[in-house]
Amino acid sequence: MSGVSRRRLLGLAGAGAGGLALGVGAAATAAATGLDDVLRPDRGAGDGTAYPFHGPHQAGITTPAQDHLHFAAFDVTTTSRDDLVAMLQAWSVAAERMTRGAPAGEGDPASGAYDAPPDDTGEAMDLPPAGLTITIGFGPGLFQTADGTDRFGLAARRPASLERLPHFPADALDPARSDGDLCVQACADDPQVAVHAVRNLARIAFGTASLRWSQLGFGRTATTSDEQVTPRNLFGFKDGTANITAQQDDALAEHVWVPDADTDASTAWLAGGSYLVARRIAMTIEPWDRTSLREQEAVVGRTKGEGAPLSGGTEHDEPDLAMAGRGGLPLVAENAHVRLAHPSTNGGVRMLRRGYNYTDGITPLGRLDAGLFFLAFVRDPATHYVPMQTRMSAQDGLMEYLQHVGSGLFAVPPGAPEGGWVGQQLFA
Amino acid sequence: MNARPTAVRPALLRPVLLRPAARRAAAVPAALSLVLLAGCTDNSEGTGAGALAVDATDSSCEVSETEAPSGTLRFAVTNTGDEVTEFYLLAEDGLRIVGEVENIAPGLSRDLVVATPPGEYFTACKPGMVGDGIRAAFTVTDSGADLAPTGDEAVLVEEASTAYAAYVRDQTEQLLAKTQQFRDLYVAGSDDEARALYPDARLHWERIETVAESFGDLDPSMDAREADLAPGDEFTGWHRLEKDLWPAEAEAGYVGLDTAGRTEMADRLVADTQELYDRTRDMTFTADQIGNGSKGLLDEVATGKVTGEEEFFSHTDLWDFQGNVDGARVGFEGLEPLLRTKDEALADEIATRFDELQVLLDAQRSGDGYVLYTELDEAEVRGLSDAVNALSEPLSRLTSAVLA
Repeated sequence: MSGVSRRRLLGLAGAGAGGLALGVGAAATAAATGLDDVLRPDRGAGDGTAYPFHGPHQAGITTPAQDHLHFAAFDVTTTSRDDLVAMLQAWSVAAERMTRGAPAGEGDPASGAYDAPPDDTGEAMDLPPAGLTITIGFGPGLFQTADGTDRFGLAARRPASLERLPHFPADALDPARSDGDLCVQACADDPQVAVHAVRNLARIAFGTASLRWSQLGFGRTATTSDEQVTPRNLFGFKDGTANITAQQDDALAEHVWVPDADTDASTAWLAGGSYLVARRIAMTIEPWDRTSLREQEAVVGRTKGEGAPLSGGTEHDEPDLAMAGRGGLPLVAENAHVRLAHPSTNGGVRMLRRGYNYTDGITPLGRLDAGLFFLAFVRDPATHYVPMQTRMSAQDGLMEYLQHVGSGLFAVPPGAPEGGWVGQQLFA
Repeated sequence: MNARPTAVRPALLRPVLLRPAARRAAAVPAALSLVLLAGCTDNSEGTGAGALAVDATDSSCEVSETEAPSGTLRFAVTNTGDEVTEFYLLAEDGLRIVGEVENIAPGLSRDLVVATPPGEYFTACKPGMVGDGIRAAFTVTDSGADLAPTGDEAVLVEEASTAYAAYVRDQTEQLLAKTQQFRDLYVAGSDDEARALYPDARLHWERIETVAESFGDLDPSMDAREADLAPGDEFTGWHRLEKDLWPAEAEAGYVGLDTAGRTEMADRLVADTQELYDRTRDMTFTADQIGNGSKGLLDEVATGKVTGEEEFFSHTDLWDFQGNVDGARVGFEGLEPLLRTKDEALADEIATRFDELQVLLDAQRSGDGYVLYTELDEAEVRGLSDAVNALSEPLSRLTSAVLA
């Protein structure tokens, strides 16, 4: 049954035959279609999943982390607030369409006006929605330029915590991979679907915003759902064991969603939203691979196989940071990654991470240009990221094998209600 | 631009709500709710226009309905026969073509999307692409839909074509005159003056580059870049002389041409230019050639000029950039009256984006010309590139819009 097209699938689903969550519910829950076997089975399982674009929170945060990422940051090039608003509206329309597997524009990618380019670039034709989510964020530069210019009349509405992240020890940031006025996080279980999403949004943006940098990611390195197993990063260790998951409503409320209490009249637009921290963390792969297993486990603080804390137990057991071994030294070393990242050493704060592995070819020295594209959603970067990263940059034993080379901070507004658009509260 | 005359083909246009121009022009909240409503209810995609299925075989032409309400109609034509076919919507007189879709091979489906006022029509399939076709009466009832005024399109197309042909003639005349001057200075060894004239003369080439490039024999002889040559290709034309006049970027050990070599190269360029001049005297242009030519000139900017690759030795890329933009703008402005009868918002957007790009180019003016490409910083190049992208997107819809 190779003849089931994207359009046909959606037609079926719309008629109630499928069970796709086609933007009809507010809750970000997935529904398998049961049609996977007729849809490019070579693309893997779960491809028929669709997540609603509309809802109280944007999709792509608590959504079970998909396998692939295309993250993009944009510079806004227009000086017109109306044009910016129109673009965000058009982005929302296109994003809603693409997340349910439809083309970005009204036109069909392969028919219609023969003398005009198609509205949609077409590489996602025949592919199911693949669990695509599109999450849009606003950088500090959208509100105010470095010299204080109020570009779009938004300066008074900039939350105090939305500013460029400070310089952390050992940062080696590349401006060409950092910052941006807007960001788009596109996650999907098929990389082509994620790339398609950003490409079509960039096309809509021409004349209003231009791509500043982008990052492809594969192999999610975090677990955002209790149903997912913990994946591994490029160091071969399980990553995201203690992450906040979609099922932990209390933790989400406490650590991820910006509560009303954190806002005032000018920043109320962000209530129900979050902050997105993006860090491109290069791993020095080759030296790591020449490191003894003892050293690898010591700097991480967990076993490589099971992912159990070095203080014992299994993966999901809490590390006992006080437990001492031979010579009275703690089993989880003072500079171990897990100790420095643990909530108990960070004033109890947690974050929701949904980072991805990346590989971008090789460096001029013939080494893998690879690492972790760290993405985390937090209630407030000033309390939930900056203090932790400051200490980790200085003390984490793993830093010997890491270099932070890209950085961005974005405010992620709440989701758009049915008929609304992302950011409408800010521009109201 | 393709210099061969081809039939003007009505476009298969359907209204698209995501156009930036439409976004800009629309009263935003109302437009948005309209878009979102469509987005939420239309899971079958693209059937917002009245969709009519046409089954075309070698001996039949079955249209799913014999009647439709006025507005944008979409005929989804499937050729289930063995011969190549065409589909037409003909006016009441059975002669005037309201819309057509050509070259539908066996097994293929093509859409004809056409804005159709109330009236009596004929549908026709033409298996084998000969004869009057298999016709059937077709009625369009009055839905009250407000179709764009049509104007006298033939006159507007004629005016655009006449104006563009005149522009091409004028530019080749100036190109020929300046190339002859350039030749004389270069052969005489007046290098400073030759260098000053080089980008100025080439401006006229760049203004009609898509026309000039349509001559497959002249283009490589006149405008090949050294980096694009295959092993064994002869390096001649403008860029050969450019290298000789600006040897700083040439490979180590480069030896300049002597007077005989200079004379041979420059005379060849003049002869080629004369040939170009002769061939362009009686050229005619169709609306789609002009529209596609405008877009093509911006593609030239995007691939060669804004990257600084075109003038590798002299770095006078911004003159070429301006020439391409000039040519694109002339093409657009010729079609603009016609475009305005079809899509005001698109015309406004293209005009605005031309202006915005020109502001950036004007900022790089220096004396009678421009700064060298190597004097631009990264941010300036990026700004120009963004402006080219911003213009090229709406410009890519020009042809389709004027043919609609």
